Parts: sequence; structure tokens; C-alpha cells
Amino acid sequence: MVKRDLVVVGGGPAGMAAVIAAHENGIRDILLIERDQYLGGLLNQCIHTGFGLDYFGELLTGPEYADRFIKKIRAIPDIEVSTRSFAVRLTGDRTLTYLKPGGIFTVRPKALIMATGCRERTREMIHIPGTRPAGIFSAGLAQRLINIEGLLPGKEAVIIGSGDIGLIMARRFILEGAKVKAIVEIQAKTRGLTRNVVQCVEDFGIPIYFNHKVLKIYGKNRVEKVTVAEVDEGMNEIAGTRTTIECDTVLVSVGLIPENELIEMAGVPIDKGMDSGIFVCGNSFKVYDYVDSVTSDSEKAGKLAAEYIKSAVS
Amino acid sequence: MTRYDVAIIGGGVVGTAIGRELSRYKLRIAILEKEVELAFGVSKSNSGIIHPGTQHSPGSLKGRLCVEGNLLTRKLARELSIDFKEVGELIVAFNEDEYKRLLKLEKDARALVVPGLRIVDRAWLKKNEPNLSNEAMAALYAPTAGIISPYRWVYDFAENAVRNGVEIHAETKVENILFKKPDFEIISSRDNFLARYVINAAGLYADEISAMAGVNNFKIRPRKGEEFLLDKKKEDLTRHLLFPLPSKTSKGILVTRTSDGNPMIGPTAEEIEDKEDLSTTEDGLKKVLEGAKRLVPSINANDIIAYFAGLRPTAGDDFIIRHEDKVPGFLNVAGIQSPGLTAAPAIALMIVEILKNNGLEMKKKLVFHKHRKKEFHLFAIVPEKAKGLIQKDASYGDIVCRCEMVSAKEVREAIARGAKTMDGIKFRTRAQAGRCHGSFCTPRLMKLLSEEARMPLAGVTKRGPGSEIVKKERARG
Ligand SMILES: Cc1cc2nc3c(=O)[nH]c(=O)nc-3n(C[C@H](O)[C@H](O)[C@H](O)COP(=O)(O)OP(=O)(O)OC[C@H]3O[C@@H](n4cnc5c(N)ncnc54)[C@H](O)[C@@H]3O)c2cc1C
Ligand SMILES: Cc1cc2nc3c(=O)[nH]c(=O)nc-3n(C[C@H](O)[C@H](O)[C@H](O)COP(=O)(O)OP(=O)(O)OC[C@H]3O[C@@H](n4cnc5c(N)ncnc54)[C@H](O)[C@@H]3O)c2cc1C
Repeated sequence: MVKRDLVVVGGGPAGMAAVIAAHENGIRDILLIERDQYLGGLLNQCIHTGFGLDYFGELLTGPEYADRFIKKIRAIPDIEVSTRSFAVRLTGDRTLTYLKPGGIFTVRPKALIMATGCRERTREMIHIPGTRPAGIFSAGLAQRLINIEGLLPGKEAVIIGSGDIGLIMARRFILEGAKVKAIVEIQAKTRGLTRNVVQCVEDFGIPIYFNHKVLKIYGKNRVEKVTVAEVDEGMNEIAGTRTTIECDTVLVSVGLIPENELIEMAGVPIDKGMDSGIFVCGNSFKVYDYVDSVTSDSEKAGKLAAEYIKSAVS
Repeated sequence: MTRYDVAIIGGGVVGTAIGRELSRYKLRIAILEKEVELAFGVSKSNSGIIHPGTQHSPGSLKGRLCVEGNLLTRKLARELSIDFKEVGELIVAFNEDEYKRLLKLEKDARALVVPGLRIVDRAWLKKNEPNLSNEAMAALYAPTAGIISPYRWVYDFAENAVRNGVEIHAETKVENILFKKPDFEIISSRDNFLARYVINAAGLYADEISAMAGVNNFKIRPRKGEEFLLDKKKEDLTRHLLFPLPSKTSKGILVTRTSDGNPMIGPTAEEIEDKEDLSTTEDGLKKVLEGAKRLVPSINANDIIAYFAGLRPTAGDDFIIRHEDKVPGFLNVAGIQSPGLTAAPAIALMIVEILKNNGLEMKKKLVFHKHRKKEFHLFAIVPEKAKGLIQKDASYGDIVCRCEMVSAKEVREAIARGAKTMDGIKFRTRAQAGRCHGSFCTPRLMKLLSEEARMPLAGVTKRGPGSEIVKKERARG
């Protein structure tokens, strides 16, 4: 088992801000663990602009925003970065196990920061009935397929949910030459930013249905159609409003959930973690709208962890 | 045209169990399956329970083969290195009336010689099944009930059968059966085959296959069952498999657990027309929740992470397993509804007898490889061993599926063992089967499949032609 002052799990904007802040606050023995090949987290697939206005005072794309932090980290030799490293186990005494191609390692730092991001809610979590053909994607997966892998998930999409990711993906589909037949939102208004509604939906004339829900997904091998209906305040179908929309793709964009499996495994309540030297920041703490606030809050986490380490020493 | 001694139509649990059993003998055997991979029919969507035999009338084929199958499964599971967990079942009575019916069930089960039966009272239930409803009055306890992974069971039978010489033809849909003395000629979507004996194990389509051979004496009616899986975090929800008292057509809504540790609730039982209708419904969810909560009130719809529907291929009340004397050499194994998964090994032995009695010469091979090597899942073994494996092969440390912690090594192995689709990978490794449903690992799995099976990324399918994951590959630039 290796001892360290600080270990940070997750190399997205949260983890990167945290290691930099910890270093600025006097910590010198730092390990940053990231399961992907690169640092940057979700920002790598967000090639649209919309990042950095608050923090840097300029409009950047996701990768540009990430790059500023990656460069900073590279310039600090005290921060060891371990990519392709997957944290798999955590116990209440901060013993962390991670895997890397070729090895399995344990490390016990004086303080630990978890910045593991979030995952998307799925079609299954909102219990949309029907079949299970190819062509149903979470919006984030579709974004990754298009922006990183160069693959077009479908040609005629219905998007469930009008959060920012859903809205941004609607535009992305159009730009790729695909069609967006509808955005279906069960609430009376969007959860997304006004700027995204205007720039991603209205400018492209995409129909957006509020107070509507997808009732069922059809198709044996590939999605063929969905049925949609208007709902009342109780979210129940209003009789006589049912329609069918033909499509080959359903994008599900119905919210994000903090990814906290490791902390749960350790049996540490998230709000009590600080007492045992375990800190949580970024989307794994709570889901943020702007990455800029992720950065500022995570800097605080880095500072708090640094103070914790120093107080433990003295 | 290739000539076989025995052609088995259908690569589900019944067809592959028969294939594996027959592979002990000096016979040339083929399994013909219409889908891209085996286990893509009824055998992929069921409750995965190895039933003890508590719910059948003593005179039925179902009852006898279930009890026998349960016993055989234990031995086979060891030989074929598949996890079989004996967890026991409780059939729960909620009132005096149900209690009386429980006693009748016990009597029938005793007549079938189901081992270890016992009626347990409220106090026992409180202690041994803490989350069971307080309304529960008593239960019939059958300790020999167990759980198994139904698709892996099929793959293991098939793999071992192949090792012993059985040939498998996938994407081979049987379209007609002609009799050309002394053989049958089987016309398929791919090749034509000659076979001295034909065994019809075609699940939902067994009636159509039988009709092709000129035997028109039964009809398969699909009975839909919807099932809902809960998050693994709830693994400890129950200790036993929980059943209500059965109805005329089904065992009722159960609270069970898959062999991978997810609690599962269901199935419904609904007669339908369309043999391809695998859709779940809002109504189904409602019924299942209602039934499951009657047994375990703390069950919460928010814990549902997946759902599916399966179709029971019914042909009357019992299984149909017989040589059709009208068409010598043609055997029907039809109407294999529940407990078909359990009974499959016993059905296979019964088929051996039927073949012997109908003129097939059956000599045992000198060498029969009865064992199958177990594959490793990194998190199911002790850390020291895991360390050794990763050091030997780095790709064990390359985690592809974050929810189920599946490594690139396991995925590559699954492809080498026959996975050709994303579902095939999921069934074998569990990658994509966790809470995020492949949101994270899909791109990586597609790449692995494309590399190992040498297909373009745009050619990767969920479960065969027509189910391509993406529409096109964009030129980069
Ligand atoms: C699809 C999508 C589009 C978005 N668009 C915008 C936008 O336009 N504007 C905006 O301001 N914000 C946007 N956001 C939000 C913004 O991207 C997030 O707020 C930000 O990325 C969160 O940072 P994070 O570091 O908490 O999480 P992430 O960026 O998700 O980083 C978490 C990192 O932890 C790693 N990790 C996780 N578990 C482990 C483990 N066990 N071991 C090792 N490493 C692990 C992951 O690989 C990842 O790199 C978007 C988010 C999504 C999902
Ligand atoms: C909801 C549900 C829950 C169940 N739970 C349990 C349980 O807990 N325990 C239990 O013991 N049993 C259970 N069962 C029953 C069990 O699943 C079945 O009895 C068993 O899977 C049947 O296997 P099979 O091989 O006969 O059918 P299948 O798996 O359907 O195999 C038949 C194969 O034949 C192929 N085929 C069809 N037509 C052709 C053709 N023309 N040419 C070539 N191939 C063809 C099909 O593609 C298919 O792969 C359940 C069933 C359902 C639906």
C-alpha cells in the first residue's frame, strides 16, 4: 500500500480544479486518477461553445476550457497524473483500490477528493414501456458517438426531455443532416437555458411539445415509432390527445444523477465525508448547470482538503 | 449436401441441452438456429429459476421432468462451470383459504418426490425472510429451488456440445422439411441439409416446423410475461424466491433474484396473438408492482433499472415430447413453457430414450469431454488471484463497463467464444447490463466487436441484421 498526501479521483473540470487549488494551498504530494485516456471529463465531447463566460470572461468550447487546466497541471511536477486508471473500491478509512492495464494498486492518502462526475438517467428509470430495439440512446452517448467517434446514431430522432443536453443534441442532429421530429417534455417548461432554447431549437424550427409524454416505444430490431400524448397535472395521459411519431431514434435526456457508488461502498454519508478526510466535488456532489461553477466550487474543495491534510500533520 | 444423423431445429436451452447430451454418442449432429446467435428466443427472457417442482400435478410431464431436471442441473452446472445457486423458495399463503390450497400443493409436490418440503409458520418467516409482508400466514418451503443465468446456460451447453463435435448453424431459418427416403431434407434460408432424425425444438415456432413435416396436431399460443429488474444495491431484499399461490395459468407475480444478484419482480401472464410482441406495457408494470408489493411491501418502483417481456410457448397444459409415428424419425419437443429451463436436461435424457426406441443406433464415444473451462470475472475472485491475472494479461485491468466492472479481456473472450452482437456480449459478460445501460461503454464495445470480429463500426448490431446501432460512419476531417 502506498501512502500519499492527496488523491483525487476523476480528471474532469472538478478534479482538475481541486488538484490545482490543493497545490496552491501548499500540498506537494498529489495523485490524480482518471479512468479515460485523457483529462477533461465530459468537456471533451462538448465541442459546442458555452463554457467559461463566468470564470474566464470569454466564450470557449468544452475542450478549450479543459485545455487551460490540463496545461496548468502539466506545468506542476508535484501533481502525478495517472490516466487509464479506474478506481474500483473504497473503504471508510480512505483506502482506495484502482486498476490500470497491467496492475492493481492500493493507496491510502491523508485526504481524498472524489470528483467522479455524473451519469445520465435512462429510459428505464422513467419506465417508458414498449420494446427494446436498437436506436435508443442517452443524449450524452449520442453526443459522444457523433463528436468523438464520428458515428451518426440515427436519421430521424425524437428527443425525450428538454434539458440542455437534449437541446444541444437537437441542434447537433440537424447539423449532421439528420431530422429531429420532436422534443417531448413532460413539464410545462424547459429545464434548459433560454440561450439553448433559442439557439438550438427555435432557430431550427424544431417542434417542442410541453406537457407531453412518450407513452410507448415501438420497433422490433430498430426503433420505428413512438406514441405521444398530452398529460394533465398528475402527468396522466389526457384522453383523445394520443398521436404517433415515426422515427428511427429516441434520445433520452431526462436528467443526470451524481455518480457516488464508491462513497456508498465505503459507507460514508456524503455530507459527513469531510470528517473522515473524504471530500466530494463537481457533478458527483450535485448536478451543476455551468461548468464555471463546478470549477469555483471544486477549488474550494481542494483548499479544504489541503487544510485538512495540514491539520492532520500538525 | 451435408448429411447428419440428427438435426435439431432451435438453439434455445432445449435444443442445446439435447445437442450436448447426444454428443456423447457416435453421431453426426447439427443444431439449426434462425437467429444470429443462440439463446435469442424464449430462453433469453425468463425468470432464470431452477424450479423444485412444487406447482405441477403429479401425473404431468412437466412435474416429472422438472423434479428430474432440478437434480440433473446441479451436476451439469459443475461440469460446465456455470454458477448455480440453491436459494430455496417460499410459496406464501395469506389467509385460511390459501393455507388450504397450500396443503394441497404440498401433497402434490410430495407425490412428485420434491425433496426437503416443509410448511413454515409466521414466526419462521419473520426470522428467515424479514422483508416479507406481515400479512403472510404460512409458506411452503422448498429448499431445492435455485437460480441460474439462462442465456449463459445455453452458451455453455452449446460450447461443450461443439467441443464434442456438434455443428451449429446460426442464421439458418428452416423453411421446409421434405421426406426423401431414408432421410429428411431440410430446406433453410442458407443451406439444405439431410438428416435421418429431426428434432423440433423451435420454441414459439414449433407448430410451424411440425406442420412442415406434416404433423398438424397442436398450436403454439404465446403467453406474455413482463419482468422488471431492480438495482443490485437491493440484492439483500429477500433471501428466498417468493411466490404467491399459483393461478390456473401461471405461478403468479414473484419476487426473485437473478444469478447476477439483481432482484426481479414478475412475470405477468397474458395470452396474446403475435409471436414477436416483446413489448412491456404500463399495465404490466402496474400489475407486477401490485403483486410484488403484496409479498414485499417495501419494493419501490424507483429501484427498477431494466425490464423485458418473454413469451411462453404454450400448447395446452403440458409439454409435448414425442416421436411422431406418422412421420417416422420426426420428434416434437413443443409447448415447452415454464419450467422448460429447469426441465431441459431431463428432456434431453428423454429424447435419448425416444431415439433409441425408434431405431437410432447409439454407441457412446470413447472420449467425451464433459467439462468446460470457467472464464474469470475479476471481481468474483480473490484479490491475489486478480493481481496475478492482471500481471499476466494487462487487458484484465482495462475496465470497459463501469457499472458491472467488465474488462476488455472478458469482452474479447466473449467474442472469441461466439458473441457477434452487442446483446451477445451483454449476455455473456454483463457489459451494458448495469444501471447506465451502456451509456458509457457502448462506443468501446462497438470498437472491440469491430476489431475482433472484423466488421465495420456501422455494421455492429444489437441483435442481428436490421438492428445496427448507428446509421453511418462519418468521414473524418
Ligand atoms: C452531455 C453534457 C453536456 C454538457 N454541456 C454543458 C455546457 O454546454 N455548458 C456547461 O457549462 N456545462 C455543460 N455540461 C456540464 C459540465 O460538462 C459538467 O458540469 C462538468 O463536466 C462536470 O465536471 P465534473 O468534473 O464534475 O465531471 P466530469 O466532467 O464528468 O468528470 C468526471 C471524471 O471522473 C472520471 N471518473 C469517474 N469515475 C471514475 C473512477 N471510478 N475512476 C477514475 N476516474 C473516474 C471520469 O472519467 C471523468 O473524466 C454538460 C454536461 C453533459 C453531461
Ligand atoms: C416470462 C417467462 C418466465 C419463465 N421463467 C422460467 C423459470 O423461471 N424457470 C423455468 O424453468 N422456465 C421458465 N420459463 C420457461 C422457459 O424460458 C422456456 O421453457 C424455455 O426457455 C424454452 O426453451 P426452448 O429452447 O424450447 O425455446 P427457445 O429458447 O425459444 O428456442 C427455440 C429456438 O428455435 C429457433 N427457431 C424458431 N423457428 C426456427 C426456424 N424456423 N428455423 C430455425 N430456428 C428456429 C428460435 O429462434 C429459438 O432460438 C419462463 C418463460 C417465460 C416466457
